[in-house]
Amino acid sequence: MSHAFAYALVGAGLFLLGLYALVAYAHLLRKILALNIMGSGVFLVLVALAKRTGDAEPDPVPHAMVITGIVVAVSATALALALMLKVSGKTGQAVLPGRHQD
Amino acid sequence: MDVIVVLEWAFDAVLGLGLLWLAWRTLNSPDLFKAIVLFISFGLLMALAWVRLNAPDIALAEAAIGAGLTGALLLAALARLRTTTDNTMPAQLPAGSWFQRGLLIVLLSGSAAGLGYAVWILPSHTSGLSMAVTANLDVSGARNPVTAVLLNFRGYDTMLEMIVLLLAVLGIWSLGGLPPRPERPAVAVLDTFSRFLIPVFILAAAYLLWVGADAPGGAFQAGSVLGAAGVLLLLSGWRPGVRLMQWPLRLALTIGAITFIILGVLTLLYEQQLLAYPVAQAGRMIILLESLATVSIAVTLAILFLGESPDPEEKK
Repeated sequence: MSHAFAYALVGAGLFLLGLYALVAYAHLLRKILALNIMGSGVFLVLVALAKRTGDAEPDPVPHAMVITGIVVAVSATALALALMLKVSGKTGQAVLPGRHQD
Repeated sequence: MDVIVVLEWAFDAVLGLGLLWLAWRTLNSPDLFKAIVLFISFGLLMALAWVRLNAPDIALAEAAIGAGLTGALLLAALARLRTTTDNTMPAQLPAGSWFQRGLLIVLLSGSAAGLGYAVWILPSHTSGLSMAVTANLDVSGARNPVTAVLLNFRGYDTMLEMIVLLLAVLGIWSLGGLPPRPERPAVAVLDTFSRFLIPVFILAAAYLLWVGADAPGGAFQAGSVLGAAGVLLLLSGWRPGVRLMQWPLRLALTIGAITFIILGVLTLLYEQQLLAYPVAQAGRMIILLESLATVSIAVTLAILFLGESPDPEEKK
């Protein structure tokens, strides 16, 4: 049991926190934040599991995939924010149509 | 020796709990501005976690992109949002009834147990693909294993990623661009400060790009530092001229993807494999790809922040 496993569990926790917020909150900006936190959780699991090499250097392949993932996440976030602004420009509210805010 | 181990465990515990706590506060703090600021600090703590996991390449990318650029994008979107929506809307309460939320929590607890168990039963020691990477590092043209994976062994990942970046820009442009950000006159401090900072940003980006072949760094880190310099320029009131927004901009946006595709086709013809560089030229090809990818990544990130469609007539 190394500290890498502890980080992997934190990553799983972040993923689930993000998933909860993604479903539970109606505001689109909060959903985008939730997606980003879910992504960070996945990255943390990947990199933590890459460190199961003992004292040797960690596995570089998941590292490269996570760097790619971070850049893809930022471009997806930018597109999602643009879509959110379109929705709020049309409806005056940053929530998906058909969902009512409490 | 024992003291060090205890300290390391204590640091990891504080960091892990801090990450979870910040994520939770980000997701349910009533004020959206506060939520975004908490998200930026979450990104910085993530960068620390990457360092703890011996992933300095990711730590650099996370600090520049995850904490810096995503935060700038979110804050700019929030400022635009406040001009289009009424501010009185409560944004904090979870939707749905107590029953629905309870059901959600039960389902998620089930998933948590499943995920936790799936992580727990994995073998605690495995070398993964690191043996294969180390064995082929000599012929890859780079001495930093992460760069070798990104630009050589799994070059097609990076090629597709350049295309994803391009698609994000195209998506925003085809939506007609973003509504203009509420303009504020640039403050003198920001104006002067960015004049000092931008040469430093350019120097740092060049260093990161060059050092990426041997040490942590590379196209993504350099591109995001340059992109951040672009964001700083845009914030201090600079706008690319109309002529710059036409073909020079489009060339800068696509040059990374185009070079990848051309090299991919050439290697497919001559080496019978996508992006399999001849050993003698591998180092040079990686530097070429990385330099052009850096330009594309930087321009794309700055344009994503600017968010305006280049054709004024398409906005209508």
